[in-house]
Amino acid sequence: MSMVSNLITTSLLLLAASYSYADTEYQAQGKPAETLSQQAQWNLSIAPDGKALPKGKGFATQGKQIFALKCAACHGPEGIGASADPLIGEVGSLTSDYPEKTVNSYWPYATTLFDYIRRAMPINAPFSLTPDEVYALSAYILSQDAIIAADFELNEETLPQVTMPNREGFTPFYPEK
Amino acid sequence: MKNPPTQSRRQFLQKAALGGALAGTVSLPILASTDKLEFPDNLPEWMRAPGGEFGNYGQPSKHEQSVIRWISANPAAPGNGVSWTPLHDLQGTITPNGLHYERHHNGVPQIDPEQHILLIDGLVDKPLSFDVKSLMRYPMVSRTCFIECGGNSNSGWRSNPIQSQAGYAHGLVSNAEWTGIPLKLLLKEAGIKTSAKWVIAEGADAAALNISIPLEKLLDDALLALYQNGERLRPENGYPMRLVLPGWEGILNVKWLRQLRLTDEPIMSRDETSQYTELLPDGTARQFTFINEAKSLITSPSLGMMLPDNPGIYQISGLAWSGRGKITRVEISADGGDSWVDAELQGPVLDKAFTRFSLPWRWQGEYAILQSRATDETGYVQPTREALVENRGKHGFFHYNAIVSWEITEEGDINHVYGF
Repeated sequence: MSMVSNLITTSLLLLAASYSYADTEYQAQGKPAETLSQQAQWNLSIAPDGKALPKGKGFATQGKQIFALKCAACHGPEGIGASADPLIGEVGSLTSDYPEKTVNSYWPYATTLFDYIRRAMPINAPFSLTPDEVYALSAYILSQDAIIAADFELNEETLPQVTMPNREGFTPFYPEK
Repeated sequence: MKNPPTQSRRQFLQKAALGGALAGTVSLPILASTDKLEFPDNLPEWMRAPGGEFGNYGQPSKHEQSVIRWISANPAAPGNGVSWTPLHDLQGTITPNGLHYERHHNGVPQIDPEQHILLIDGLVDKPLSFDVKSLMRYPMVSRTCFIECGGNSNSGWRSNPIQSQAGYAHGLVSNAEWTGIPLKLLLKEAGIKTSAKWVIAEGADAAALNISIPLEKLLDDALLALYQNGERLRPENGYPMRLVLPGWEGILNVKWLRQLRLTDEPIMSRDETSQYTELLPDGTARQFTFINEAKSLITSPSLGMMLPDNPGIYQISGLAWSGRGKITRVEISADGGDSWVDAELQGPVLDKAFTRFSLPWRWQGEYAILQSRATDETGYVQPTREALVENRGKHGFFHYNAIVSWEITEEGDINHVYGF
């Protein structure tokens, strides 16, 4: 008896599905993930407010050594001119006939630098740097164009306060006007 | 890969039996006779002997081995680069899965679907995770649309016209039928907070690519795609799951999707600030230019081909697409844009999908400039290169959608030219 009624329900559902997608019934499958959501490996993205930055600190002098060891092969010893994207120099070049979009000339937020190095660099070994190393590399790159002083301590408090030269250079095209 | 061992053994036995029964009958006439064979050599060899074996997964003809994606990657980091769809070698509108364009930032991850989950969190009532098996239980829809890299056709900004085949300059765009779950189902299951405006999508590749997408788009027509042209996604196209955002630039269609975090502001990641923004002559840059504007391209005749007959009739054929809706019109010019004729649009014309256009053309040896110009349902008309450069300068790099000009010489050779 119950089998028959199940069959009737099934055929009614099939009819509903063919009538309109919005009427389709399904069983929710999501599993609660409150704990997962708080774990570090699910909190990689760092917004300009820097709240998601890990604790740590670094200086340009340390960053220079790490850069020579792990970055210069692709980015060039001066951070520009090799196979990878240019990082250093060319501040003020954006209106010239030969603009260069380096980190220091173009990127609007210093938090992006930390976020990107941590998740993607060095390209042959992502996630192999410690937070201190990422702060140090960021400090080295920023200090090369005097965006921060050579002896500035970059950490989770000071990094979001760094003002990039091209901070006001972007016009959002969304939402469309 | 062949069949599992037991089947293979059975097949072998069957074949052996057949072979025995047919032995001696293949080429020798049984009857001694002065009769001659009716077809000694005037039928091709493939009609005179059994063909090849069955295959577990089909491959193109060995005579089509030149129809390939063209790869351009960084020698120091071979997983960082692109491969172009050979649009000039294809017909119809569906891009075969093995030829769909690629843009990878650090290689193609080989993801074990048993170990992969999608996390939806941030500004939701309850964070949720989904494994691949559980996602298979949702109702799915199919949607044919193009995906185009924001950097497609960027050689057009250069001062001199690049002499590459059509697909190898403009083929960072492909068109497929994607099947998956409307994302609004999963987002609503997690419960969207009213403060949520953006969604940070993250991929599970070795670039952990992250990018901000307006929530509005995900609630509109976005898919969590699991299938591509009927089969599970290829690894290079996001296996086991990816975002498909019809009409929006490729970078937002995040492959190998592992997380969707709802937020009130964009994250300002590398790929929405340093890249995929367009520098203008005044030094400012356009940001969040998500939509691929209307574009078209003659794929035949095009560079790398030639016109063998003079006079001769040639079928002009090409592709048009718009991220804002359906293509309503494609016009063809043979005189560099002085006069235009409507091409035929092959139906069905789909929203935010490739539309094939065609027009027969009688060529009588004259110098010609072939162009196509697309119009979409919003009334937007594909611009000339001159107008595009006037509007945006030469350093925008992304979102190049100008009319493409093929020069036909009096000898029937084809070159890429500017200035029209």
